Amino acid sequence: MFEFDFTLRNVMLGAALLGVSSGVLGSFALLRQQSLLGDALAHAALPGVCLGFLLTGSREPLPIFVGALLSGALAAGFTMLLTSRSRLKTDAALGASLSIFFAFGLVLLTFIQSRSGSGQAGLEAFLFGQAAAIVPSDVRLMAVVAVAALLTVALLWKEFKLLTFDPQFAASLGFPRLPLELLLTSILAFAIVIGLQLVGVVLMAAIIIAPAAAARQWSDSLGQMVGLAALFGALAGVSGALLSASGRGLATGPLIIIAASLIALASLLFAPERGLIASAYRARGARRELEQQRVLLDMYGLAQQHSDPSYPSESGMLRALYGGSPEAQLRRLEAAGLAEHTTHVPGEGTHYRLTEAGWARAEAALNSLGHHA
Amino acid sequence: MLEALLTNPSVVVPLVGALVGVASSLVGTFLVLRGSSLLADAISHSVLLGIVLVYLVTGDQYSPFFIAGAAAVGLLTVFLTELLTRSGRVKADAAIGLVYPFLFAIAVVLINVFARNVHIDTDAVLLGEIGFSWLDTVSVGGVEVPNALMTLGAVTLLNALFVGLFYKELKLATFDPGLAAALGFSPVLLYYLLLGLTSVTAVTAFDAVGAVLLVAFIIVPPSAAYLLTDTLWKTLALGVGIAVASSLLGYLAAIWLNVSIGGTMAVCTGVFLVAAFLFGPRYGLVAQRAQRRRQQGENAARTLVVHLYNHESKEEAGRENSVSALRQHLRWDDAKVSQVTAVGREQGLITLGPKRERLFLTDAGRRLAREVWEPWRRE
Amino acid sequence: MPQPTPRHEPNLALHIEDLTVAYNDKPVLWDIDINVPPGVLAAIIGPNGAGKSTLIKAVLGLLKPSAGHIYLHGEPYAKQRRRVGYVPQRSSVDWDFPTTALDVVTMGLYGQLGWLRRPGRAARTKALSALEQVGMADYAERQISQLSGGQQQRVFLARALVQDAQVYFMDEPMAGVDATTERVIIGLLKKLREQGKTVIVVHHDLQTVATYFDFLLLLNVRLIAQGKTSEVYTAENLRAAYGGQIALLQTAQIPQTPPTVAETV
Repeated sequence: MFEFDFTLRNVMLGAALLGVSSGVLGSFALLRQQSLLGDALAHAALPGVCLGFLLTGSREPLPIFVGALLSGALAAGFTMLLTSRSRLKTDAALGASLSIFFAFGLVLLTFIQSRSGSGQAGLEAFLFGQAAAIVPSDVRLMAVVAVAALLTVALLWKEFKLLTFDPQFAASLGFPRLPLELLLTSILAFAIVIGLQLVGVVLMAAIIIAPAAAARQWSDSLGQMVGLAALFGALAGVSGALLSASGRGLATGPLIIIAASLIALASLLFAPERGLIASAYRARGARRELEQQRVLLDMYGLAQQHSDPSYPSESGMLRALYGGSPEAQLRRLEAAGLAEHTTHVPGEGTHYRLTEAGWARAEAALNSLGHHA
Repeated sequence: MLEALLTNPSVVVPLVGALVGVASSLVGTFLVLRGSSLLADAISHSVLLGIVLVYLVTGDQYSPFFIAGAAAVGLLTVFLTELLTRSGRVKADAAIGLVYPFLFAIAVVLINVFARNVHIDTDAVLLGEIGFSWLDTVSVGGVEVPNALMTLGAVTLLNALFVGLFYKELKLATFDPGLAAALGFSPVLLYYLLLGLTSVTAVTAFDAVGAVLLVAFIIVPPSAAYLLTDTLWKTLALGVGIAVASSLLGYLAAIWLNVSIGGTMAVCTGVFLVAAFLFGPRYGLVAQRAQRRRQQGENAARTLVVHLYNHESKEEAGRENSVSALRQHLRWDDAKVSQVTAVGREQGLITLGPKRERLFLTDAGRRLAREVWEPWRRE
Repeated sequence: MPQPTPRHEPNLALHIEDLTVAYNDKPVLWDIDINVPPGVLAAIIGPNGAGKSTLIKAVLGLLKPSAGHIYLHGEPYAKQRRRVGYVPQRSSVDWDFPTTALDVVTMGLYGQLGWLRRPGRAARTKALSALEQVGMADYAERQISQLSGGQQQRVFLARALVQDAQVYFMDEPMAGVDATTERVIIGLLKKLREQGKTVIVVHHDLQTVATYFDFLLLLNVRLIAQGKTSEVYTAENLRAAYGGQIALLQTAQIPQTPPTVAETV
């Protein structure tokens, strides 16, 4: 189907590296409720990319990397300044700085194009990502950044965890809150900037959020979540790269994003504990249980009134008490051996009475209700 | 004459930009005030999917279905985001970041696969081609009118009508959704209408400015306006004004520098935002700084009189109400001590003892201290 | 320049002098003087917006005061971190964080561990025994979002216990908890006092304050009164602290000259 060539190897390696680092750092961003900071950082990187190119006149990865990092930091600073020093809320500040920086990047991009003739600079690749443009030196830079990011997180694991969960308590223990937050945001920016060539600025948000959000559904431990997010990120990266290499000229970025989004979607639906399907199923079970218990207690009440533990309750009576049709519940109770039906008087409806087990269950239920009240 | 104007790019292009700006900031004002700005970001990206789908189905480049398709996908975006948020599995911001890139990526891939080299190419998706907006024309009563002017004019009118008709309801639903619901207005319906109009605006403006620049037009002018005034109608008016001014200035600058017209217009909205942020009359950074300085001086003087008031009738007064106590107990440095005591004396709040060491409250100082001390006693 | 003041008032668990704290340049605490002796169970009470949490945050260095100084057992907080335990408000964190009760309790040891070092077996043992003390041993491996509000509060308390501090600051530990949790908490606070520790608690329930605490700090932007509960818990002081809001209080339980007609502001 496709050739496993040199370029593809580069692309896959790069995509995997990007997936791992953005999965790990995205987990922290997600838990710190800064999911869209990644979006802003990515969009804001564009003017830096252009300036890096303008100043050096080449597509060398390092100046572009540094430029992107600087303009991302500037945008993050602008956002923070707007939220802390003006009456704008976070969402408006984020949206404003994201779009303004991007617009400025665009102006620079067209400036470069008009100066150097056609789009030979190839900077358009940064919009949606252009995997084919990846060269080994890019991959090396990505590897360095990914390893540095992972090492930092591994070393400061305990500190980052505490900072993310309870920043006030962290500060009270003497951990410097602001520097740690800045560090975490900076390595996030690193991961984003190295991913620009692959995914592009527009879709970057998803590769930060989706693997982390997916991983969160599968695990209740931060360590496992971060590990899974790295795995999901790598999976999305590699499958996106492979798909795009399968011919047809599909852009790599959108494919990586679709892969990551599908992983997130599947996790949200099918994860065993937090998955929406599992919890809907559980909710249905609980509801059914509750309905069943209501009928059971109705029967218990009637039996109590008649001082006869095996008092046969008429189904019409139960219907009136239950306020609906209790037949399904009665059948389930019967199947569970908690009730049994009797024929009482011909011409009346079916009668049900509690079994001994049913009586005991009703008393237990009442006890536990009384205990909670 | 009219035709000459309507086929003149240097008239049409800034006019198109202005219309985009006006239509966007009309709906944007309410999004910004509601704290839903990023939904504008999400919608303006995901309407692309609507455009692509309608194109693939109808094969038509100009079809009224675009509006319907875009509105549908825009609302779908909002709906999915809220569904995810409400499920409690992810927070609201993450939900936005999950939904719109997904829809946008699908759209880009669909373009890649089915619609390459046609009307929609991926660069135009992001950047728009406002510079060519004067080329596509339709004939209206024998006059050639640019398409963009017609559609954007209609949408601007629609948005203005919506805001005008539902001004009171929008105001209430924005600032107090609970009360709006209690009074029988449906804030949810209004909200979805607003977001529907945002989607319609997005699809109409897409050709001209593309997804990301549109975000600037929706969010930035209202944000800048919000920093300048407290009144809703003034926020709307200023937002519109800023959008129009940005379009004109942006156009001129872009022509001069030979760079992206839409981009420069968006940058201009940013310039207005920064200006409002720095120099706004009440909320601007400069005004705030002056206010802070005043406040800090005032607070220091108040801290001093409260301190003196607190101790003056007790036995430790001799120790506490002295210049050296300000250093040792309040932990003020010499400069601050001499500055604050100078201000206190200037304002007639305190007097110095004979050795310039003891501090005494004047009646005015005592009054001020009591005001701070027991605010609930004030009328 | 501020003069170096070594071991200032070492016989007091908490010594605050002339503290003024401002939030965004609006002072929320004015010229507070506080002296809390060691070995007491102290409550900070006062109406909403009185600056109770602000006071605790200022003591813990989370807010910078605009005037005044704070000493714990004779030293500033930065030197006493290891001897201070802190329980923030339960609502200040996101309980959907992916972690277990045991792990949260272990976080109380992070300060002692210092940078880079990871908690080991000893830490785990300490954390488990703290969970046992708050009656939560069975929930050690439970995901924290699955705990009830009261259980979450007890986890926070256990986290403070492993800090093995001399002075504890707790921000509304009994707000919105069930009766069991409240019993567990107050039992624990009393045990801490028996061990000679000082516990300073922001408390909101005037009904229970006199029975739970032996030392009171009445706050409303300024310090209204401080001292032994038996001396300070008077209608006059409460009226001063709560202003017109005293009308909302049940006055029957308050000793000495109950307020006749509540002032309305």
